Amino acid sequence: MNYIRTLGAVSLVYLRRMGVMGLFLLKTFFYVFVPPLKFTRVLKQIRFIGLQSTSVILLTGGFAGMVLGFQGFYSLSRFGSDAFLGPMVGLSLIKELGPVLSALMVTGRAGSAITAEIGIMRISEQVDALELMGLNPYRYLIVPNLIAVVISMPLLTAIFDVIGILGGYLIGVKLLGVSAGTYFGEMASYVDMKDIMEGIYKSLSFGVIIIWVCCYKGFYTGIFTGFGAEGVSKATTQAVVMSSVLILVWDYVMTSLLF
Amino acid sequence: MIKIDGLYKLFDGKDVLRGVSLGVRKGEVIALIGGSGSGKSVFLKHVVGLMKPDRGRVIVDGMDMSTLRGRDLTGLRDRLGFLFQGGALFDSMTVFENVAFPLKEKTKLNDKLIRERVFNELEHVGLSGSEYKYPSQISGGMVKRAALARALVMDPEIMLFDEPTTGLDPVIGAAILNLIDSCHKRLSFTGIIVTHEIPKVFDIVDRVAMLHEGIIWADDTPEKLMSSSEPIVHAFVGESANSSIRHQSGNTVVRG
Repeated sequence: MNYIRTLGAVSLVYLRRMGVMGLFLLKTFFYVFVPPLKFTRVLKQIRFIGLQSTSVILLTGGFAGMVLGFQGFYSLSRFGSDAFLGPMVGLSLIKELGPVLSALMVTGRAGSAITAEIGIMRISEQVDALELMGLNPYRYLIVPNLIAVVISMPLLTAIFDVIGILGGYLIGVKLLGVSAGTYFGEMASYVDMKDIMEGIYKSLSFGVIIIWVCCYKGFYTGIFTGFGAEGVSKATTQAVVMSSVLILVWDYVMTSLLF
Repeated sequence: MIKIDGLYKLFDGKDVLRGVSLGVRKGEVIALIGGSGSGKSVFLKHVVGLMKPDRGRVIVDGMDMSTLRGRDLTGLRDRLGFLFQGGALFDSMTVFENVAFPLKEKTKLNDKLIRERVFNELEHVGLSGSEYKYPSQISGGMVKRAALARALVMDPEIMLFDEPTTGLDPVIGAAILNLIDSCHKRLSFTGIIVTHEIPKVFDIVDRVAMLHEGIIWADDTPEKLMSSSEPIVHAFVGESANSSIRHQSGNTVVRG
């Protein structure tokens, strides 16, 4: 009997937290459309989430493309289809790897920092101070991040895709001898606008997931995740793990819907 | 101005507040004393609406804090000032930016006027020359002063102080209390000071309320409370006063 009671209590706790998390997202969307918008903070966050993530995106995009170049050439040449290396690299990057890997990189670089920053503000009562000044913490801390990620994520993904395609070109064309015309020509024939839009939709939704989870975890530090430095550390870890898992799960859902 | 009526609050099945009732008249400053963990800070957070009571009402200037929402709550909070125990300064902003922040966000003053008011307020709290330092670059006492300047810059009608001298040495602690007193004389706010600073705080307040076992155990003038024969009040006030004297004499010996 006690076992059932404990199970019930734990389930209720998790259900409540899921409800709080859902309401957190709804409130964030609500305040996106209720002025005033903190424009300077939006610009600051675009710089932090977007501009400062560029180097890591360039690096990971380049290497992801080069690996695809090798692996693609190896698989396709077994069937005598190495001319299709361009479409293979392009479609893999644009539809899947670009959005997913960019989102995972942004989670690790910017998402974790956002959780830690808001978490520290929460435990040092800076969030309470904002509220007591009659200022809305969502408007100051959450909404600028959401707008910034919605602007930055598709651009970062596009950069990832382009650099990845160039990485594939470097390996396929310059190292393994596929002709440049074939690489790009076949890519142009097989990659449609629909594929590009799929990548953009994915990157947008992954961006929302990152900000939703990371801001939520920071905002409720000390309430759901323990106190002090340990609380911030736990919140940051949970934010990165939960965002990454949700990105992969949501990727599956979107892929199956857009298939 | 502030009326708390039968305030109840439970945390993890433990009743921290068990029907607290207290009134503060306009322009009056009261001290709220009590042992550690007696619920003083929890009480204060109910007064500003950061926590909602399980039962009871918190009436501030005729409005029930526990039911206020949206613009009404924001409007009331615009008239409140709160000094947090740790200061709660925004650590990514300088002292100047911290004090200027509510003016920039809540008023239509131009940059020149904001600058004048911030410098003026920082001069009042004795922080001239530290305007462009970050909270991590100044001492605990200076953080409290900067936080006080930020809380007072909007000329609040009600000021709440959550242990304003905790973590400070006796000299700086006394200076902070004197500063609160001079600010009260200048701005005539209604105030509640949650503190352990007995008997020093008695010099600057009109009344003292003692929170014990979740209720207001005593509520009287400082003089009457000091001479109270009620065993718990006597034990707490007497022991705190003696401890303060011992602490100060200890400091004198060390310095001598």
